Amino acid sequence: MAIDTIWVLAEQQDGAPVPTALELLTQARAMAGTVKAVTWGGGAEGLAGTLGEYGAQVVYDLGDLGGKLPGPLVAAALAERVRSGDQPDAIFVPTTYDGRDIAGRLSARLDVPVLTNVVGLVEENGELRSEHAVFGGTQIVTARFTGARPGIFVIRAKSFPAESAGGGPASVETLTVPEVGAVSAASVQQRHVEERSGPKLDEADVVVSGGRGLGAAEHYALVEELARLLHGAAGASRAIVDAGWVPYSHQVGQTGKTVKPTLYIACGISGATQHLVGMKGAKHIIAINKDPEAPIFSVADLGIVGDVHKVLPKLIEALKARS
Amino acid sequence: MNVVVCAKQIPDPAAPPALDPERHTLVRDGKLILDDSDAYGVEMGLQLAGDDGEVTLVSMAPNGEVSGLRTALAMGAAKAILVSDEALRGTDALGTAKVLAKAIERVNPDLVIAATESTDGYTGTTPVQLAELLGLPSVTFAKKVTVEGGKVRVERQTEAGYDEVECPLPCVVTVTAGVVEPRYPSFKGIMAAKSKPVEQLTVADLGLSPDEVGFGGARQEIVSVVPAEERGAGEIVTDEGDAHERIIQFLEQLKLI
Ligand SMILES: Cc1cc2nc3c(=O)[nH]c(=O)nc-3n(C[C@H](O)[C@H](O)[C@H](O)COP(=O)(O)OP(=O)(O)OC[C@H]3O[C@@H](n4cnc5c(N)ncnc54)[C@H](O)[C@@H]3O)c2cc1C
Ligand SMILES: Nc1ncnc2c1ncn2[C@@H]1O[C@H](COP(=O)(O)O)[C@@H](O)[C@H]1O
Repeated sequence: MAIDTIWVLAEQQDGAPVPTALELLTQARAMAGTVKAVTWGGGAEGLAGTLGEYGAQVVYDLGDLGGKLPGPLVAAALAERVRSGDQPDAIFVPTTYDGRDIAGRLSARLDVPVLTNVVGLVEENGELRSEHAVFGGTQIVTARFTGARPGIFVIRAKSFPAESAGGGPASVETLTVPEVGAVSAASVQQRHVEERSGPKLDEADVVVSGGRGLGAAEHYALVEELARLLHGAAGASRAIVDAGWVPYSHQVGQTGKTVKPTLYIACGISGATQHLVGMKGAKHIIAINKDPEAPIFSVADLGIVGDVHKVLPKLIEALKARS
Repeated sequence: MNVVVCAKQIPDPAAPPALDPERHTLVRDGKLILDDSDAYGVEMGLQLAGDDGEVTLVSMAPNGEVSGLRTALAMGAAKAILVSDEALRGTDALGTAKVLAKAIERVNPDLVIAATESTDGYTGTTPVQLAELLGLPSVTFAKKVTVEGGKVRVERQTEAGYDEVECPLPCVVTVTAGVVEPRYPSFKGIMAAKSKPVEQLTVADLGLSPDEVGFGGARQEIVSVVPAEERGAGEIVTDEGDAHERIIQFLEQLKLI
């Protein structure tokens, strides 16, 4: 059985598809003849150009969801579509907050399982197999579905490059969102956007992250200063996000962002498996940690055994002197 | 208010993980502890239940394991339901959700709390699947939760910051680490936990058929486990006051400065 059709959930942010959706479209068009994108939140016509360029022939548009959380509504609309006979072989879902909600709800509605934390996909004997990095990325697990299609794959950011295919705009088809009752009762009252300056964490060429080894919230300024001097973005381990030193949007790792910069600098971060999976894909890694046994050194190209409070100020000083 | 908290019991994450050589799934046969991720849920549940309500733990685990549940009971949960059955070996997230949903239906709570993801499985889909099966709305990734007038108000993490989300009860909420500071069980709590009720149920007790759960129900399999490409061993420099110079050199080599 070949793979003919793949749907890609193309969540939008600031009026454009999230970068992972373009990565997944690129991968989908390499694996299937028919690729359809699914979008919601309004403005589908405006997205059809980009989605088409990356490989979607059709955009299923669910329209504006009126402030409701998308999970139950998008899942219900897609489940209805699948049940009506329009069956994809696979559904690719970016690992985002709403993506996981949709995948979970859709899985329960269709009574099909989901594979999550996918970092690679391969085709074998006409079926898709997913790859998952486990144990801090030291092992790769390959999995397959054994039951009925569609297979739902929730895929991590930066698993594939996004490459334009140069195609024309996708055609937009409207899907109606069915009435689902109580399950869609959650609604957004207000959105809060945290201000950030400089490049985005998951797009920056250089990422400088700080961890508990910084000792106190105010020392995070060292990390920000170094990031600024290198035209990069400042990230964090979960320990200091949980401690409230920095907002969650800075978190790198399993539950945070996946980054693949040219250079990642880890300052006072131990290198827990959940942190490593989010940054191990960096081209180069520098780690500064006072404990020579810290696991972060096992992935570092340059490991500095030292105190961040001594190394960082001197480094910042030296960089300032050059500029 | 009556709250159900999903409490997963997991192998100690500090110990080296073992994989079943045949199925490649995580071996969960030894002693299990309360997943740290769920300690936040237990604390949140205790705070929201208040004096006129209580927290019921719901858990699915092999071998009748209760060690993790005792920890949560010692924190202050009133009772627990444990689903344990040989037929559950190999159950995936959807199967787990089916089991937990059946167990939760017996309690009929005002609110169900789970963690955004477990430490050992981290699919992060179980709670939403559970919500769908129970016909309940859900709010995931809560970093702050309050309840007022039959509604929960949640600050839900987003890519850009957070959203204020409102949802009528009953519903499912998943909480992130750091949402509240979990209390340490007191000595009195630990002693009291020993006699708190833990109801043990099987798949049949829940009215589920064995082929909906376990390896068969999962309808997925692990084909292989291979070591990932290793990063070459790097250079280690012990700082003698001049390590920053080595970093500068490295930055120059990469043409970043
Ligand atoms: C389900 C789950 C999901 C998770 N997701 C994530 C995630 O997405 N991202 C994430 O980062 N973590 C995640 N974690 C948490 C992870 O397990 C670790 O707890 C966390 O990464 C530790 O952060 P840290 O390295 O800053 O702190 P620690 O582990 O406490 O390490 C601090 C380090 O600083 C060093 N140090 C101390 N003082 C100095 C000094 N003066 N100079 C230099 N070095 C110093 C110490 O030697 C130590 O190695 C997750 C955990 C779970 C259970
Ligand atoms: N076996 C289980 N018993 C109790 N709760 C569970 C179980 N599996 C998952 N959960 C709940 O669902 C959350 C997400 O789990 P997961 O889908 O494994 O990431 C967990 O943190 C728990 O709150």
